[in-house]
Amino acid sequence: MTEPLLSVRDLRVSFQMDEGLVRAVDGTSFDIMPGQVLGVVGESGCGKSVTMRAILQLVEKPGRITDGTICFRRRNGADTVDLARLPPRGAEMRDIRGAEIALIPQEPMAAFSPVHTVGDQIAEAILLHGHRWKEGGRKLRRAEARDITVGLFRDVGISMPEQRIDAYSWQLSGGLRQRAMIAMALSCKPRLLIADEPTTAIDVTTQAQVLALLRDLQARYDTAIIFITHDLGVIAQMASYVVVMYLGRVMEEGPVDEIFHAPKHPYTKALLRSIPSLYGETRVALPVIAGALPHPFNRPPGCPFHPRCPDAMARCSAAVPSLQPVAANQLASCFLHHDVAEPA
Amino acid sequence: MTDSLLEVRGLQKFFPITRGFFQSVVGHVRAVDGVDFTLKEGETLGLVGESGCGKTTASRCILRAIDPTGGQILYRMRSGKVVDLATLPQGELLPLRAEIQMIFQDPFGSLNPRMTLLDNVGEPLLVNGMKNRRERADRVAELLRLVGLRPEFMHRFPHAFSGGQRQRIGIARALATNPRLVVADEPVSALDVSIQAQVLNLLLELQQRLKLTFLFVAHDLSVVRHISDRIAVMYVGQLVELAPTAEIFRQPQHPYTAALMRAVPIADPRVRKDDGILGGEVPSPAAPPSGCYFHPRCRHATARCRAEAPELREVAPGHFSRCHFAGEMTF
Ligand SMILES: Nc1ncnc2c1ncn2[C@@H]1O[C@H](COP(=O)(O)OP(=O)(O)OP(=O)(O)O)[C@@H](O)[C@H]1O
Ligand SMILES: Nc1ncnc2c1ncn2[C@@H]1O[C@H](COP(=O)(O)OP(=O)(O)OP(=O)(O)O)[C@@H](O)[C@H]1O
Ligand code: SF4
Ligand code: SF4
Ligand SMILES: [Mg+2]
Ligand SMILES: [Mg+2]
Repeated sequence: MTEPLLSVRDLRVSFQMDEGLVRAVDGTSFDIMPGQVLGVVGESGCGKSVTMRAILQLVEKPGRITDGTICFRRRNGADTVDLARLPPRGAEMRDIRGAEIALIPQEPMAAFSPVHTVGDQIAEAILLHGHRWKEGGRKLRRAEARDITVGLFRDVGISMPEQRIDAYSWQLSGGLRQRAMIAMALSCKPRLLIADEPTTAIDVTTQAQVLALLRDLQARYDTAIIFITHDLGVIAQMASYVVVMYLGRVMEEGPVDEIFHAPKHPYTKALLRSIPSLYGETRVALPVIAGALPHPFNRPPGCPFHPRCPDAMARCSAAVPSLQPVAANQLASCFLHHDVAEPA
Repeated sequence: MTDSLLEVRGLQKFFPITRGFFQSVVGHVRAVDGVDFTLKEGETLGLVGESGCGKTTASRCILRAIDPTGGQILYRMRSGKVVDLATLPQGELLPLRAEIQMIFQDPFGSLNPRMTLLDNVGEPLLVNGMKNRRERADRVAELLRLVGLRPEFMHRFPHAFSGGQRQRIGIARALATNPRLVVADEPVSALDVSIQAQVLNLLLELQQRLKLTFLFVAHDLSVVRHISDRIAVMYVGQLVELAPTAEIFRQPQHPYTAALMRAVPIADPRVRKDDGILGGEVPSPAAPPSGCYFHPRCRHATARCRAEAPELREVAPGHFSRCHFAGEMTF
C-alpha cells in the first residue's frame, strides 16, 4: 500500500480574539496520497483556508496551532516530518514551503507584488530553489531562470510568453493572472500543490480553461493537488477524493463517486440537495438546510451540525461524533452510522 | 407596445474614456450596446453573462440610476400609462421609484450599518411620504415577517445578522413600497450554497404571493435556469440570445450560449467533460472586435462573421439570436 504524502491528524487552530476564542479548525483529519487530487469542500468560514495555512505554518497572529500533527513525507526520505512541530521561520520549513509544497492563495491579486514584473518574481523564486532545475545543485544564472519562466508560461497556456513575463500583475486579466499564479506555484516543481479557491473569482468559461489546465498539469507532472472550493460542481469535476468540512471539522470523506452518489452524512446529503442542477425541475422550491451557519464565537456543543440536522437525536447535542469508517474507503462523523464519540 | 410591463429597445450606455489634464474624450466603453427584451407582468427574465458584459449597467439604466446613451425603456405604469424611462425628466421619476425596486448583490453594502432595521427597511417608505413612524414600524414588522425574520429584530443593526439574513433584509427593503418590477442584481451570488437555496425559495414564493415581475441578473447558469421563465444572454454589451428557459437549454441558437452551458461544472463526477472548452478571452467593450463580437472565439466563424455584424433576429417563435447561422446549424 502506498504511504500518504501528507497526513493531517486532529488538527486544531484557534484565534484568541477580544470577543472570544474562534476555533477555526477544530479537530480535522485527512490524508493525501502522492499524485492524488483531494477536493476540500465546505461553506464560507468552515476553516478550509486556515487548515491550508496551518500546513504551511503561515497562520497569522493571534492564530495558533493548538493541537494535532501534520506529517509530511519529504522528497528524499522514507520518514516523515511533523510540520506542526517545525519552527515557522526555520530553515526546514522555508525549504519545504515553495520547494515541496506550493500554495495558490485565495487572493491572487495580493500574491504578486505590484512593483515587480510577474516574470521577475517567478525567476526570483526559481533562483532561490535553483537546485531543483539543475543536476548537482549548480547555481542558476538569471538568464537561465528567465528562460525557465518563459517555458512555464508556455506550459500554463499563456500566449506570447516572452512579452507577458515583463507585465505587472495588475496589467493581466483575471484569467492570465491566475495562470501566472499557477506558473509561480509550479516554478519549484512541488510535489504538493494547494489551490485555495483558484477559480472562484473568475468567469465560468475562464474557469473551465483553468480547471482543464490543472488537470493536465497534474497528469503531466504527477503533482498531488489539494483543491479547495465551496463549489460542488468544481469538486465533482476535479477531485478523486473529497473531504467535506463544516465548522472546522470533517463531516465526511471518501472517493468522489461515493460522496456524490452514496453520501452518508446528513450535511453532505443536504448540501447536495440544495444546489440547483442543470437538469432538475425549474421554479420549484429547493430542499433547504434550515437555519444559518452559527457565528464563530457561538459554536454549538456536541455535533456541530445538530441545530440544523433533520436527523438529530438527543445524543447529538451532548457528545461530539468522531470520524469513523462507515463504508469501504468512506468515513463520517455522525451517530447515525456509529456511536464513537470524541473523548471529552 | 403590447401588453408587456417593460419593453427595452436598442438600449445603449457608453462611458467616456478621458485622458490628460483637460480630460479630453479619447474613446468610449460601450458597456451596453444593443439590448432588447420585453417583460410580461408576473414573469422572471434571467439575464446572464460573464463579468463586464454589461448586466449591471443595463439594470441601472432601467432603474434610471444612470442615464442611458440611447434606446427606449417603455414601462407600463399601474395607471396603465406607458412612459419611456430612458428620457423621462428626473422630476417625473419619483412616483416610479415606488413601482420599480432593486435587490443588490452585496446585502451589507446596501444597508446603512448605523441604522436599525426599522430605519433601513423603512427608508423607502419615508421617501415615499409615509411620515408617521408608528405606521412605518407596523409596515416594517409586516415586511420582516414576509421574508421570514422576526419583527422584534427591527431594533437591531445590520451587523448582527448573517449573510443570508442580511439578504432577506435587503429583500424586505425592496418590497417596502409594493413594487411591481424588481430588478435583482446577483442577489444570491455572495451567499453560501445552503443559504442560496433559502433565498431562491423566498423569491419564488414572494413572486407568486405578490404577483411580482423579476429581472434576475446572475452569472450562474444553474441558478438562472432554476428561477427564470425566459433567459437572456449577454456578451460584450449585447444581447446575443433570448428564449424560454427549456427551449434555450434544449437547443441554444448561439455558439456563445452553447459554450457557456458546456463550461458549467456539473455536480456529478460521472459527467466529466473536457471537450468544447471555449478558448481565448472576453474582449474589452472599449475595443470590441469587428463584425460579430464573438468571432475571435467562435468555432463556426467565417469571413462573413469578421466583416458583418449580425442583428438580433427571431429564429423560432419567441427565440431570438444574434448569429448569422442561427437556425441553420446546431451549436
Ligand atoms: N486572521 C484571523 N483572525 C481571526 N479569525 C480568523 C482569521 N482567519 C480566519 N479566521 C476565522 O477562522 C474561521 C475559518 O476561516 P477560513 O478562512 O479558514 O474559512 P474558509 O473555509 O476558507 O472560508 P471561505 O470559503 O470564506 O474562504 C472563520 O470563522 C474566520 O472568521
Ligand atoms: N462608471 C463607469 N465608468 C466606466 N466604465 C464603466 C463604468 N461602469 C461600468 N463600466 C464598464 O462597463 C462594462 C460593463 O460593466 P458592468 O458592471 O455592467 O458589467 P457586469 O456584467 O455587471 O459585470 P459583473 O458580472 O462583473 O458584475 C465593464 O467593462 C465596466 O468596466
Ligand atoms: S451526529 Fe446527529 S446531529 Fe450530527 S449529523 Fe449525525 S444525526 Fe445529525
Ligand atoms: S455570427 Fe459567426 S462568429 Fe458570430 S456567433 Fe455566429 S457563427 Fe460565430
Ligand atoms: Mg478560504
Ligand atoms: Mg454586475
